[in-house]
Amino acid sequence: MNKTLQVLLPPLLGLLLFVGIWALVAQTTPTLPGPVKTWASAVQLFSDPFYQKGPNDQGIGWNILASLQRVAIGFGMAAAIGIPLGFMIGRFQFLNAMTAPIISLLRPVSPLAWLPIGLLVFKAANPAAIWVIFISSIWPMIINTAVGVNRIPQDYMNVAKVLNLSEWKIFTHILFPAVLPYMITGIRLSIGVAWLVIVAAEMLTGGVGIGFWVWDEWNNLNVEHIIIAIFIVGIVGLLLEQVLVLLAKRFSYE
Amino acid sequence: MEKYVQIENVQMAFGTKQGPYVALRDINLNIAQGEFVSLIGHSGCGKSTLLNLVAGLTTPSGGAMLCAEREIAGPGPDRAVVFQNHSLLPWLTCFDNVYLAVERVFGRVEDRTEMRQRAHDALAMVGLYHAEHKYPHEISGGMKQRVGIARALSMQPKVLLMDEPFGALDALTRAHLQDELMKIAAETHSTVIMVTHDVDEAVLLSDRIVMMTNGPAATIGEILTVGLPRPRERLALANDPKYHATRGAVLDFLYRRQLRQAA
Repeated sequence: MNKTLQVLLPPLLGLLLFVGIWALVAQTTPTLPGPVKTWASAVQLFSDPFYQKGPNDQGIGWNILASLQRVAIGFGMAAAIGIPLGFMIGRFQFLNAMTAPIISLLRPVSPLAWLPIGLLVFKAANPAAIWVIFISSIWPMIINTAVGVNRIPQDYMNVAKVLNLSEWKIFTHILFPAVLPYMITGIRLSIGVAWLVIVAAEMLTGGVGIGFWVWDEWNNLNVEHIIIAIFIVGIVGLLLEQVLVLLAKRFSYE
Repeated sequence: MEKYVQIENVQMAFGTKQGPYVALRDINLNIAQGEFVSLIGHSGCGKSTLLNLVAGLTTPSGGAMLCAEREIAGPGPDRAVVFQNHSLLPWLTCFDNVYLAVERVFGRVEDRTEMRQRAHDALAMVGLYHAEHKYPHEISGGMKQRVGIARALSMQPKVLLMDEPFGALDALTRAHLQDELMKIAAETHSTVIMVTHDVDEAVLLSDRIVMMTNGPAATIGEILTVGLPRPRERLALANDPKYHATRGAVLDFLYRRQLRQAA
């Protein structure tokens, strides 16, 4: 009992302080809604999250699901390509030297700079948004997987050599399990990036989605909804992160 | 067979920025089947390098090496290695670590039941039957090293190569494992090459002790035959003058003849 209090007290105090400062700022800024007003608005909003009144007026639940779907597709494709590519780059020095300049050149590019290319190639907003997620979330997975392969202790590779394991056995019994923790770190960073980018991408592309919803509410000057959106984005991001932290714990061996 | 492992005029040089560095030169050594040979020498004398050459993990820059009349062209399960730091795969249980080796060697000729029995037997031999479903991080350092030995033995290798197998263990555990290794080697008639820097360990376990000169360009300085009868018993040897004479000869080589050269 005492221990749970010790664990819970500091974060609760922090949150309380945060809400307090917010309330205080809201008091002095008439256009910014305070915590109470925002809460009331949120309760109303979430009382019917799945309504549909035409393409530009849908429930918040649909918006969140639409964003998650885009992230899932873009991130999924990035994982499907980035992780195997990372393995190959880590395993073959030649490929590493070949791809290193491309990766260092493209990785620092701001995600939204890719949007026009996507619009140009796909000629539609939705695939362009997915493309942005894909291209901005692929790098951490490539790099972390490759680093993981490089850092495999020489001992394990010596075991593989002495046992004369086949390339397939080396992959399933040594490479893959040894790299898994690094890979999960890459996936975690990638999901973070993907979720970070989706709001901005959707603001520009429109349609259904949490990012578009923020933009729409800005045009309606519904500031409560914008604040609610910020919290939703934060909470969903936090949940995605936590799932992957749990996954990482499951696969750590030491 | 008198020349089960043959090492002839082997030289090993590594390329460095300052040009080639000769680690080993003129190594000539024949090892008989069932013989227990220790390689001893100061740090950096290339004893581990020599072991890695026999293991096939590195290729010599000169000379020839044969094992059971076949040239050593690379690593293979006929020359099982017990690594200094156990090198168990942490994501596999003790049993699966051993089974991985068994499967590689006997996978084509035996069925699953027979291979599982082999892995069980190997773990039982090192006294770890009860711990076979534990993961490496759940057991002690001594137990890990035993699993490493079980893994090597399970492959029924022609030669067992050990690279300071007990170097990382405390003195009591080390003594215990030495006794067990002695017993196992006698039971299985294994041919063993062991790298060590422990004089007592070398005298207790070996039929012959290969003493190496200091590097660079290290070579075999002297080969001492340990004439102690088997089975050997640690406590009885403590008062055996022959044991002390052998021990004295190794110490003399290491600390009088080799240390002076190094300084």
